[in-house]
Amino acid sequence: MTPRLELRHICKRYPGVIANDDVSLSVMPGEIHAVLGENGAGKSTLMKIIYGAIRADEGEMVFDGNPIASHGPSISRALGIEMVYQHFALFESISVVENIALSVSGKFDLTALANRVRDVSIKYGLPIDPHRFVCNLSVGERQRVEIVRCLLQMPKLLILDEPTSVLAPQAVTKLFETLRQLAAEGCSILYISHKLDEVQVLCDSATVLRNGLITGTAKPKQSTPIELARMMVGADLPETHLDPSTTSDTPFLNVDHLTAPSDDPFGVSLNDVLLSVFGGEVVGIAGISGNGQAELISFLSGEVLFKGADTITLDGKDVGQLDAGHRRERGLAFVPEERLGRGAVPPHHLSDNAMLTGHRLGMVKHWMIQRGKANDFAAQIIRKFNVKTTGYESAANSLSGGNLQKFIVGREIELGPKVLIISQPTWGVDVGAAAFIRQALIDLSRTGAAVLIISEELDELFEVCDRLHVICQGQLSKSLDRKNTNVEEVGLLMTGLKSNPNSNIGEAV
Amino acid sequence: MDLFIAIFTGTIIAATPLIFAALGELVVEKSGVLNLGIEGMMLVGAAVGVWVSYAGLPMPLAIMSAAAAGALASLLFGVLALTFLTNQYAAGLSLAIFGTGVSAFIGKGFGSAPLDALIPLEIPFLTEIPVIGPLFFNYDPLVYFSFIMFGLISWFLYKTKAGLVVRTIGESPESSHAIGYPVIKIRYLAVMFGGAMAGLGGAYLSLAYTPLWVENMTAGKGWISLALVVFAAWRPARVLFGAWLFGSMTIFQLQGQALGISLPSEVLSSLPYIATIVVLVIISRNWQFLALNFPTSLAKPFRPAE
Repeated sequence: MTPRLELRHICKRYPGVIANDDVSLSVMPGEIHAVLGENGAGKSTLMKIIYGAIRADEGEMVFDGNPIASHGPSISRALGIEMVYQHFALFESISVVENIALSVSGKFDLTALANRVRDVSIKYGLPIDPHRFVCNLSVGERQRVEIVRCLLQMPKLLILDEPTSVLAPQAVTKLFETLRQLAAEGCSILYISHKLDEVQVLCDSATVLRNGLITGTAKPKQSTPIELARMMVGADLPETHLDPSTTSDTPFLNVDHLTAPSDDPFGVSLNDVLLSVFGGEVVGIAGISGNGQAELISFLSGEVLFKGADTITLDGKDVGQLDAGHRRERGLAFVPEERLGRGAVPPHHLSDNAMLTGHRLGMVKHWMIQRGKANDFAAQIIRKFNVKTTGYESAANSLSGGNLQKFIVGREIELGPKVLIISQPTWGVDVGAAAFIRQALIDLSRTGAAVLIISEELDELFEVCDRLHVICQGQLSKSLDRKNTNVEEVGLLMTGLKSNPNSNIGEAV
Repeated sequence: MDLFIAIFTGTIIAATPLIFAALGELVVEKSGVLNLGIEGMMLVGAAVGVWVSYAGLPMPLAIMSAAAAGALASLLFGVLALTFLTNQYAAGLSLAIFGTGVSAFIGKGFGSAPLDALIPLEIPFLTEIPVIGPLFFNYDPLVYFSFIMFGLISWFLYKTKAGLVVRTIGESPESSHAIGYPVIKIRYLAVMFGGAMAGLGGAYLSLAYTPLWVENMTAGKGWISLALVVFAAWRPARVLFGAWLFGSMTIFQLQGQALGISLPSEVLSSLPYIATIVVLVIISRNWQFLALNFPTSLAKPFRPAE
């Protein structure tokens, strides 16, 4: 049988970096092939070369036995290659169906296309409303749009870059069924992931990349996670240690019956949210994106003020009326979900980005920036948190996702906060960096700080949290002790089935 | 009633050059390109229109030449900004200055010889209806054409796939390129369309409105078109509204001067500019509306990834 896709000796160099060095692999029709590797290993570059978004310096590509001479995204689509980007290629200012129309050939009929989108999205358990504007969608919902867009094309080769990061466990299972069904129909799938368990469940074969080089190939179903991880990281994986903790007597962060109707027609109204985070513990909030996390976070961080008195308190004092800056002065630190643009200013160098929140540590004197102190602070974060970069003068957007996240988390931890709120701490971050960040969060809590993690990754929450809540349709569940609950219970609460037996998954998400 | 008809028709006519230029610029900006050279392209169009007309060629040819000259002038900006990725502000400003100079050069020998002006169309029956006729059916062909262009552009941008592509390129050329659209080519076409529309706006001034060649005759109408697009939040219907507002203020201040309102004429002359901007700023304060319509990549140079 001819392979669906064959790569021969692909090389791609950037100034100072070799992104891909002599990479060869082949994928058979109907095969689900994993590409494993840490962030910065060159996986995304390789996928973009396959899709034609960037050009390889050397090497050749053969598709269904025919060499591809001149490549480009439009050629890919003509051949039947579809790709779900890690950083989505969606346009914010137009609706879901208009976004999809852009990559569908044929008659421009939005009504008919909207119906098809709805059908396909329901069929594959990825519900989306085709007429919503993308700017109002959460990360998880955007990913659903991307996947549905590809599925509409009946692809021959589907490339998925970290597709499950923001899906509920039930949705992941559903997606895997979809992908298996697609593979059974003859579609080849290239599956990029850091999640070894997923690769083992789903993929027939795997190619492991490290620093642009292939470090091994494997049959994931016959390999152990430890073998795969070692090929990927080049060393044994660090384990997180969750030591027992002693918690403070009073909560550091307290939310008392927070009810907030949403003005935005697409927003979620918060309903009677009760939450306490004590010093010395890590509390997690699980939930599928778009269930009120964004609204709750903006009330907690101070990006949106809350009018009611004594509803949001920080260390016993009402902070509902204080803006984000004043809350930070009282010991709150916050790491948002979006690294580029909200957590860091993309084109500015790390020293400037360190100063964004670190300026409270004496980096400004008589309205003048103490450049030396800012540089030292950035250098200290880079050193302590093991950030791979050429130095504090690198631009934030030149770092890989995992390294930038380590830098941002490091910046907030170095402020010595009383309360740290962090949203999606390891979204799109590789195994090594994720383990490092998780351990850093646990360690912070063990020094007496209160840590609140909002995440859609259940494994992560179960790994680091002492207690868990679940958010669904603007309501927060009661507190669940990690030791007395399990993934199934939390998964059911996430889809609202348990508390609200009449609703189904489609309505809940 | 006669006064009302005079103000109404005067408004429509005074707004026409702005409608052409601003709608053209709207398409350019929707594709993420900022061409500040409208004033220059309008002047080139105005001068070329008069030139062709003086050469004894028929009016439609003069108008088409003006549009072609505007498009050609815009190419100068296009090559600088799109191919050589120079700063769009600088490239646009130099086109504005260059166009002013070139138009003065073309028009040097024109003097003030009489010109065959574009005259109102006589539409059988319709023009003769009392009140309605003079209000709506007594304009020259370019006025009607400006309305057709408004309809076409609105339809193109919001109902066709090509229009959708223009808008998405304006939001993110990187993503548009990633899904396989020829960003640079489409931006060139948008820039040339904007140039042609500015040329038409200029030709309207010199062939119908004045009708005469006067050096620098646009008197800032290119700049006000630019402001119209921004303050209209990149929506064609608001551009139309803004242009009429400007037109009505122009007529109002002329009438005001005639009626001897005791304000310095300088204050009255500045009224259309001030009133238009103030009103459009007030109606465009809706943050979400702006966010949805603003072309995010505006004036940012784009080079396709290799």
